Amino acid sequence: MPQRVVILGAGQAGGQTAYSLRQAGFEGAITLVGDEPAPPYQRPPLSKAYFKGEMEADRLFLKPLEYYAEHNVELLTGKAATAIDLAAHTVTLDSGETLAWDKLVIATGARPRKLAVEGAELRNIAELRTLADVDRLKATAMPGAQLVVVGAGYIGLEAAAVGVQLGLKVTVLEAMPQVLSRVAGPEIGAFYTHIHREAGTDIRLGARLEAFEGIGQVTGVRLQGGEIIPAELVLVGVGVLPNIEIALDAGLVCGNGIVVDANMRTSHEDVYAAGDIAWRPLAHYGREGRLESVHNAIEGGKLAAAAIMGSNPPALDVPWFWSDQFDLKLQTAGLWTGADETVLRGDPKTRSFAVFYLKEGVVIAVDAVNAAPEYIVGKKLVAAQARVAPGELADKSISMKDIGARALG
Amino acid sequence: MPKITYIDSTGKERVVEAKNGMTVMETAIKHNIPGIDADCGGACACATCHVYVDEAFADKVGKPSAMEQSMLDFAENVKETSRLSCQIKVRDDLDGLKVTTPESQH
Repeated sequence: MPQRVVILGAGQAGGQTAYSLRQAGFEGAITLVGDEPAPPYQRPPLSKAYFKGEMEADRLFLKPLEYYAEHNVELLTGKAATAIDLAAHTVTLDSGETLAWDKLVIATGARPRKLAVEGAELRNIAELRTLADVDRLKATAMPGAQLVVVGAGYIGLEAAAVGVQLGLKVTVLEAMPQVLSRVAGPEIGAFYTHIHREAGTDIRLGARLEAFEGIGQVTGVRLQGGEIIPAELVLVGVGVLPNIEIALDAGLVCGNGIVVDANMRTSHEDVYAAGDIAWRPLAHYGREGRLESVHNAIEGGKLAAAAIMGSNPPALDVPWFWSDQFDLKLQTAGLWTGADETVLRGDPKTRSFAVFYLKEGVVIAVDAVNAAPEYIVGKKLVAAQARVAPGELADKSISMKDIGARALG
Repeated sequence: MPKITYIDSTGKERVVEAKNGMTVMETAIKHNIPGIDADCGGACACATCHVYVDEAFADKVGKPSAMEQSMLDFAENVKETSRLSCQIKVRDDLDGLKVTTPESQH
């Protein structure tokens, strides 16, 4: 049994690794290193309830602060690793300390992608990944202020929804012809475009951003063609890049993330990676990929802990995800990429419907808006790689319970 | 402050002081109560904070919302008294509430 586990990254995946190790009875030393001042916390509410001011910071913490002392988890906050020495089994921190490990877990996540355009360094151009990011946003997001959101992914749209609810004037710029284009099909994209426009947000699709205008502080966003959209505050949410640099320097095999096997083990037998940073086998899809979600962070942490303990890995869940915008809860199970058919169940006008994604007749994903039965049964269908006739999925007179019972037997 | 008793699947009881306004799930997390995973952090999205509410408190705690009921309809080991603890807010009149956690949340 290893004696010293060092976990780099104190987010959801890093925290989970520590919790699972202790839960499994690991008695050796655990050091959890995070570059933020806070202990591991939930990120999803940052663009939702926390931004809206409905939740205090300490309610985001995954475990109360006392947990770490009580369970002998050494929590080093405000520190980041600068180099990993695989041969010596050590890691160096920016504080100058060197930590020795028998097993290393890299869960340092990803960072927001920056836009390489003129003016990108101006004040009040924000990103949204950390508590500190949102605290800064909240300080400038005053009612009446002009907010321009660049990128209509989940974070951008969730923040736009909160912005409107806080009384800001919101414009969303999206380069693609639909919102949520990376994560959902066109039906969902069209629905959310409508919802945001109805709430008063100006959504610009196919928008080409050319530069940020302003002296010192941003005052506007210039589009191709010359139009300038006034802005007192800009939020850039155009995806993330995995923080693989020190892993690469150490010689670990990386691509779009650190490459790991089904047990989250990297190309070095004593090093694991989990969370947003891991390029992992996607069990239900016969391919590999990098997922940015709570499900993936928790599962990766549990898998890495089980591998370190030499115990049986936990059962793998279908990727799942959710997004809260206005009074709408979107719940997603599975990954829709590669779908050759989509089936709409219910009428989007009722604000309760679902889209099922099929590939060669097999249900590979579902997006359910205010439709929990569709989500839950859909998740089971995806897990079982079930075949369901599109006509049956679209027929609201057949309950999801019956569809599930028939398909799953 | 209201007291809540968490009973695990083996019958072991843990009594904690809860704060009004926090949920029964959050109170469990804050006190390291095992048996409540709460993967989604209380967004009513994962059904891993499932508990059985003591029958004496059924009326006070109230009925689940439509969304919560749908999540419960398809959860494992569901009973009449099942609730998602992230959807129950602590109040003074819930003092003495007892909830039992299922054997597994998955």
